[in-house]
Amino acid sequence: MASGETTSPSNIRHLKNVLEAALLTSREPLSLDELLRLFEDRMDRTTLRMLLDELRTDWQGRTLELAQVASGWRFQAREEYWPYLARLNPERPQRYSRAVLETLAIIAYRQPVTRGDIEEIRGVAVNPNIIRTLQERGWIDVVGHREVPGRPSLLATTKTFLDDLNLRSLSELPPLEHFPQHEIPLDL
Amino acid sequence: MLPAASARIHGEPLAELPQDLYIPPDALEIYLETFEGPLDLLLYLIRKHNLDILDIPMADLTRQYMNYIEKMGAAKLELAADYLLMSAMLIEIKSRMLLPKPAEIEQEEDPRAELVRRLLEYEAIKLAAQRIDDMPQVGREMLVAQAYYDHIPQQQLPGVTMEELFSAWQDVLKRASHFTHHKVSREELSVREHMSMILRKLNAEPLLEFVALFDLKEGIPKLVVCFLAILELAREGLVRLTQQAAFTPIYVQVSDGLR
Repeated sequence: MASGETTSPSNIRHLKNVLEAALLTSREPLSLDELLRLFEDRMDRTTLRMLLDELRTDWQGRTLELAQVASGWRFQAREEYWPYLARLNPERPQRYSRAVLETLAIIAYRQPVTRGDIEEIRGVAVNPNIIRTLQERGWIDVVGHREVPGRPSLLATTKTFLDDLNLRSLSELPPLEHFPQHEIPLDL
Repeated sequence: MLPAASARIHGEPLAELPQDLYIPPDALEIYLETFEGPLDLLLYLIRKHNLDILDIPMADLTRQYMNYIEKMGAAKLELAADYLLMSAMLIEIKSRMLLPKPAEIEQEEDPRAELVRRLLEYEAIKLAAQRIDDMPQVGREMLVAQAYYDHIPQQQLPGVTMEELFSAWQDVLKRASHFTHHKVSREELSVREHMSMILRKLNAEPLLEFVALFDLKEGIPKLVVCFLAILELAREGLVRLTQQAAFTPIYVQVSDGLR
């Protein structure tokens, strides 16, 4: 489309409809690059961002919201409907054990880390099943190796982890916090 | 003061422990499984007994900790390894605190510093793990929209560049040249080919005058082939030939069935 054409209201409506159809039918979040492909390179990123913002505004007050997560944009049910929707699937996924959650937290907050680092913080040996569980979930992966004897794998969290927690970046995780009494400066 | 470690047995919050920390031997295994390791157990003891984590009474803590370890005994030796390491560390810290400090070293680090650092770091992670678990997750609380559509993958036809086409043509010519001395060279004319050509013309223009299908510059053999092709098309019902009256123009048009 020529640039002059882009600004006509009917054309903007059409472009937003294309975005909407793509986002509603996609199983995974769609990145800006993927969305650009819808228009065969005849779209610039700034315009695309603007259209996405407009689309998000268009959907305000509806049952779905357009959300931005780590790997792109997706439509998701608004929070107020979660309890109702949960009733359709009475067998909800089990929660992870504390061991899995603590390992995940260490990888999330201290990444990239080796198994040794995790053992140092938790004070117990890392069960390989825990790492496997997190890898199979697609939440962590190996991003390299520490150049020490044994070349242990360096583990980090993935974009899928952020997507699944509805986050755009690690900085949106709750900050590491100590119990209030620890705010007393250490004077040992 | 926040509540002590949230130890749970089968999802039920752990009831108050007796003050002397006595645990029936058969319950010990279950109880220890609620702890995520020696640091978790130490934190529990510290929080439970309101000990100041920045000024840990090492004698008390070590005694209580050892109490647990002894009861673990041979029951869960593999689990005990990490715990035993910690008891060695506690005893070492305790003994170092008992040793008189040489006068010249005044600013020696508190032997408990490293333990406190690890306890605080572990506690922060433990808290963070809980926070992460409390966050809504896709597939657990959060639901992502996915409208249905019949996904037909777009067929990608192979592309051809001019160079490829040219080189293919060269190959054809080269191969054809091997036969030239065997047979008389003559332009290959095919009725079927002309039938296709005519249909293609009619696709662009549904109604053509009969004479317009002939290119007089092509020579007699081609005109004959073209004529045969039109007759064949008509016979197969692919085109319709119409004429209003004798000696008026003949029209060729695509049969309705095809279009």
